[in-house]
Amino acid sequence: MGTRTIIPFGPQHPVLPEPIHIDLVVEDEKVVEAVPSIGFIHRGLEKLVEKKDYVEFVYIAERICGICSFIHGQTYCQGIEEIMKIEIPTRAKYLRTIWGELSRIHSHLLWAGLIADAFGFESLFMHSWRVREQVLDIIEATTGGRVIFGSCRVGGARRDISADQMIWLLKQLDVIEKEMRLIVDIFLNDNSVKHRLCGVGVISKEEAISLGAVGPTLRGSGVADDMRLLKYAAFGELDFAPITRTEGDSYSRCAVRCAELFQSVDLIRQAAAKIPAGEIAVKVTGNPNGEFFSRVEQPRGEVVYYIKGNGTKNLTRFRARTPTFANVPPLVKMLAGCELADVPVLVLTIDPCISCTER
Amino acid sequence: MIEEQTIIAVMPETLVAETRKMRDQGYRLVQICVTRLGEELQLDYSFDLNRNFVNFRFLQPKNGARVPSVSSLYWCAFTYENEISDLFGVQVDGNALDFKGTFYKTAIKHPFIQDTAPTSVPAQAKPEVK
Amino acid sequence: MAFFQMKKMILAWTFRTPVTTKYPFEPRKICPGSRGRLDVKITDCIFCTLCDKRCPTQALDVDKVNKKWHIDRLRCISCGYCVEVCPKKCLHLTGDHGIPTVTKEMETF
Repeated sequence: MGTRTIIPFGPQHPVLPEPIHIDLVVEDEKVVEAVPSIGFIHRGLEKLVEKKDYVEFVYIAERICGICSFIHGQTYCQGIEEIMKIEIPTRAKYLRTIWGELSRIHSHLLWAGLIADAFGFESLFMHSWRVREQVLDIIEATTGGRVIFGSCRVGGARRDISADQMIWLLKQLDVIEKEMRLIVDIFLNDNSVKHRLCGVGVISKEEAISLGAVGPTLRGSGVADDMRLLKYAAFGELDFAPITRTEGDSYSRCAVRCAELFQSVDLIRQAAAKIPAGEIAVKVTGNPNGEFFSRVEQPRGEVVYYIKGNGTKNLTRFRARTPTFANVPPLVKMLAGCELADVPVLVLTIDPCISCTER
Repeated sequence: MIEEQTIIAVMPETLVAETRKMRDQGYRLVQICVTRLGEELQLDYSFDLNRNFVNFRFLQPKNGARVPSVSSLYWCAFTYENEISDLFGVQVDGNALDFKGTFYKTAIKHPFIQDTAPTSVPAQAKPEVK
Repeated sequence: MAFFQMKKMILAWTFRTPVTTKYPFEPRKICPGSRGRLDVKITDCIFCTLCDKRCPTQALDVDKVNKKWHIDRLRCISCGYCVEVCPKKCLHLTGDHGIPTVTKEMETF
């Protein structure tokens, strides 16, 4: 039994997009135990419902996180619409689906760049983010903002995508898809990348369910659970099946996310072909009175919003359980027994979005 | 309606037994959530199996709330139980990884059960008008 | 065993120009429809104070008595809510992001 030292990882670390602190108990380069510590970016956003009315709260919900911003707004609007029994126009549902899948593509490309940076492959990081810039250009042209979309409102969407913009969007997607194939080829086939990812951080199927893993962390261990099967927005009319792999290591999680990139491109093409003409929003009157658990598939996994209203314009409770919060226990379990040099790769393999974790 | 969501009322004494039944059927723990309703706290334990969503709900008083821990059945519950004890002051007995109040370091202890300013937006100091 | 998969990417990019814009020597490409700086046509404004009430960050200050319209540039988040509620449609968001500022002061129109 060697001597044990405690090495602090974070809150400032070159691979981390956001601050999280993990105390690693290390015995001769092998991590024996890991104790997480969050709270560096806790803004108490859930308490702001007492000050902002339910229509304005969309702006706050969107700003919980920068990477998954649109889907936060969509989950919130969906929750309020279910409580108030509002039926939004079909065109708005399709628009939300298209923006949601664009958000997923840009989030997975961002993650791809960060994981390449974590194992030292900087040129691959730069190329992934170069392709992501093209996706952000599409998003800026259709919603007005690169990161914070601002295009969801209670009752539908705030902006429309014209027919010309849709044709341009699909042409851009063809270019982006070709570039993504080159990058994904390196991620999945290169020997040095496989050396860093295969066999690292293995979680079995039973462990994944009992630890409460969500998203690609769960699907990389063989459980075919995806909230898009709930058929919210336009997913009821699109052809969709969750992607799973069985190995349960970092390579399989990477492969799930890479395959989801192409699945999202396919979903956008399907939605663009089927989108009907019509209104994009309905007028909303009255106040929400009731409760609902709104569940949507974010790029990182399942997000659950508990929204409760009591008939006034301020909500009683807004609670966001984000996917990274649910993925912290699998991370702690993965870190026990790994090598010290694998810690950045493991922290990034769950796709941490710490501003979501502590709102 | 996107999905049917079942809410079952339980008692704090039967919580662990009911959670054990859920675990044996293969449900995964989705979240544990606390809502303040005036002078009471409403606790929700959510479970999911293949998009079948089930909730356990019970009430506790605002001051002196006490619940047994389910982290012996679902280890991942330790994050949620630390959060509810730090933000709402709920005492959890038997948490597998108890941070003892240091999970969220806030300026005021148990911020979510403190009464705040009235709901109207307060006037904020604006800069000089040029 | 696939070694050096990066070779295709490197070969493709050896002879291409860099994608980075040499800002500030080259102008930044402005996207139409982008949400940037808020602009007001003060001659059309009727000072109804609807934009002031609806602004989520309280960046606007509309003085009905003195007929003055103030904006705190550092508070504005370019969300476009005021543009939607204005009855006279005298507000619009331009594509550029405005000039950097070092002092906290309200701009008056």
